[in-house]
Amino acid sequence: MDRRTTIQWMLAASAAWSFPAARGAPADSAVSARGYGTDPNLLMAYRRGELWPLTLSAQQRRLAGILADIIIPADAHSPSASAVGVVEFIDEWISAPYPMHLRDRNTVLDGFTWLDAEAARQSGKGFSDLDDSGRLGICDAICNESHAAAEYRGAARFFAVYRDLTAGGFYTTPVGRMDLNYVGNVALTHFDGPPPALLKSLGLP
Amino acid sequence: MPFVSARTQKSSYDVIVVGSGAAGGQSAYTLCMDGARVLMLEAGRKYDPALETPMFQTPDMAPLGSVGTPEKPFGFYDATVDGGWEVPGEPYVRASEQDAGRFEWWRARMLGGRTNHWGRISLRNGPYDFKPRSRDGLGFDWPISYEDLTPYYDKVELLIGVYGSNEGLENTPDSSPGCLLPPPKPLVSDLLVARRAKRLGIPVIPGHRAVLTQPLDFAQSPARLHPGNATAQKILAEDMRARSACIWATPCGRGCAIRANYQSTTVHLPPALASGNLDVRTDAMVYEVTVGRHGRASGVRFVDRKTGNHQHVTARVVILAASACESVRILLNSKSARFPNGLANSSGKVGRYLMDTVGSSLRGQIPLLESLPPLNEDAAGGDQMYVPWWLYRDQHAGKLGFARGYHIEFGGGRRMPGYGTGAGMEWLTGGSYGVKFKQDVRRYYGSFVDFDGRGEMIPNDQSFCEIDPSLKDKWGIPVLRFHWGWSEHERRQAAHMQKTFADLIGAMGGRTDGAPQLDGAKAIAPGGSIIHEVGGAIMGASPATSVTNPWCQTWDVKNLFLTDGAVFASNADKNPTLTIMALAWRAADHILERMRRKEL
Repeated sequence: MDRRTTIQWMLAASAAWSFPAARGAPADSAVSARGYGTDPNLLMAYRRGELWPLTLSAQQRRLAGILADIIIPADAHSPSASAVGVVEFIDEWISAPYPMHLRDRNTVLDGFTWLDAEAARQSGKGFSDLDDSGRLGICDAICNESHAAAEYRGAARFFAVYRDLTAGGFYTTPVGRMDLNYVGNVALTHFDGPPPALLKSLGLP
Repeated sequence: MPFVSARTQKSSYDVIVVGSGAAGGQSAYTLCMDGARVLMLEAGRKYDPALETPMFQTPDMAPLGSVGTPEKPFGFYDATVDGGWEVPGEPYVRASEQDAGRFEWWRARMLGGRTNHWGRISLRNGPYDFKPRSRDGLGFDWPISYEDLTPYYDKVELLIGVYGSNEGLENTPDSSPGCLLPPPKPLVSDLLVARRAKRLGIPVIPGHRAVLTQPLDFAQSPARLHPGNATAQKILAEDMRARSACIWATPCGRGCAIRANYQSTTVHLPPALASGNLDVRTDAMVYEVTVGRHGRASGVRFVDRKTGNHQHVTARVVILAASACESVRILLNSKSARFPNGLANSSGKVGRYLMDTVGSSLRGQIPLLESLPPLNEDAAGGDQMYVPWWLYRDQHAGKLGFARGYHIEFGGGRRMPGYGTGAGMEWLTGGSYGVKFKQDVRRYYGSFVDFDGRGEMIPNDQSFCEIDPSLKDKWGIPVLRFHWGWSEHERRQAAHMQKTFADLIGAMGGRTDGAPQLDGAKAIAPGGSIIHEVGGAIMGASPATSVTNPWCQTWDVKNLFLTDGAVFASNADKNPTLTIMALAWRAADHILERMRRKEL
């Protein structure tokens, strides 16, 4: 980075968090879609997109997957978020016609726009086309809402929402349950309570 | 027998029961098992827990990870269908949208009503709870005492199956021998709360919930419940055998297909139907009690929600068990020349003295519970243990600044991960992401304990409902308008809860999620939101100041009874459902006796 670029970099504000009219227009499918009603079938397994039309374009899905996998990458215990359907989960979420979901829809779509704007400001590319260090540099600036610099507040709110969505999608799957060593939801003939050795180690009777 | 339609329904019955939840279910059960011919009218649809309960479904099978939405407020898998804080086409009015004056009304338009999803917490009111005014000069005494209701608490516990223990604590009654099922084993977090609470002088004892920790005693209980009635004993014995014990899995709030907990649809209605004496009409929205000669109730009018047809059906006795507020609505809408202010309202007290439970919550994160080995902690589905109110002496001595007590429900454990399991953790993780985030979620999963205070509200003049002068529901039935206000007693009690929770969390070596809210006005949950609304047609010793007599019989109309929470003259911290059922059984016994004597 030459001196001139560095000065530009230092002087430039982060990409603005300001999105006037891009979403929520009457033609927006999420605004006009209907919910599942007050008496849905509780026994069947639902497919994403079955109840209301999904939102994300191929390009947005790519970004959604990259960001979800930055938040929950594969490790020795379990695969990454995108490998277990988290992008589809988030797409269903932000396409749902309920107040909370419409709010998150705006936050997420604005966040995607901001990520690309911030990446372009920093290196002239979209977020998805950045290398790892470029991506993580942006995430580091926005990953902690209460400590984010003033100009990153809006983006940090987005990151917090997106991390919740990613975790929500991931830990509700069989893989997520296994990652946490959840061993319930099976019928037992009797319930014995915690093993005595464990209680003893915790100083409990 | 049967679920009836306009075509198959009989023209007249001994008793009409409006509503099919805890009150309607118990009323119909008691009446039918003793030979009365009953028509039950339920506003919601037919509902069959054996066929409809999502027992082992996981959140990934549901839309949106099964989180709550306005259409399924307690989550996709909650048993409630066609219900919630708002019911489409059936509005209600809040006189105030401010938090302090706000009232929320939960309704469930389905057979069995709210009993399908309730928390199953089944606590008896104690002796003090029936005579609060005598103790501290506030609110109203009931015209009955704990001893009047004791045999009925025993009967209800034997019938529905309640686990718990007898601890001999003040105003926290023991059950008669053989009434309670053994409590479930506590979780690690339960034992930690109990151990550390003891240091603070706070008692932690087994909870009481309507969950079968073992099969019911079908050999002995039927004879105890229906002495001298061989038919009833036989029906009940068969039905008790058909109920399974808990399988220690799947949340009770979804309902229970194997009938291991209490819901009206799995416990009260099957034997009542088997008796041959019960007809049930669903989608029948009652809006008026009609009055015949001599000012007696002649029957009810309802609208069939599917066809929109209006119908009138008659009976010797009418029981309203539609939930406190809905029963009040029916009374106030039953206007006639003889009863211009609504039925049974000569006192002007119909709609007055609505009460809910004081609620406040705080969550703690407990390092000792981090990174525990894999354990199945689904257990009995919650409230293995609880804290009964313990400061009777200080309170009576005026040391607390509020007049009535609260109990604490709490829960921790390695429950099935859900949408919130990894959410909102910045306060613990500093905003981690990546592999570190996955490690953090593993570390903190199962390390939280939630504390919920449930306290007594004293009835007051600002909390009531009335008919809105203009708004009607989609059937053209005038709707309720709610007014609400807390007193200093409730606000201070909520602040005291917060302080206690913080002390408990501190004693466990934990951190609170956010600072405890010591401003009571902000700590208290909005009126109605705990869904323990009672009152509105309170029982009392005098027709001038109450709506019913000690038998839940309206003073003004002798063959009209209210067996739901509307008759509560106070709302102890104890959850109301068990008391509703005990009162309903007692009232139904009284009706049977009076019918035998041809007085009704």
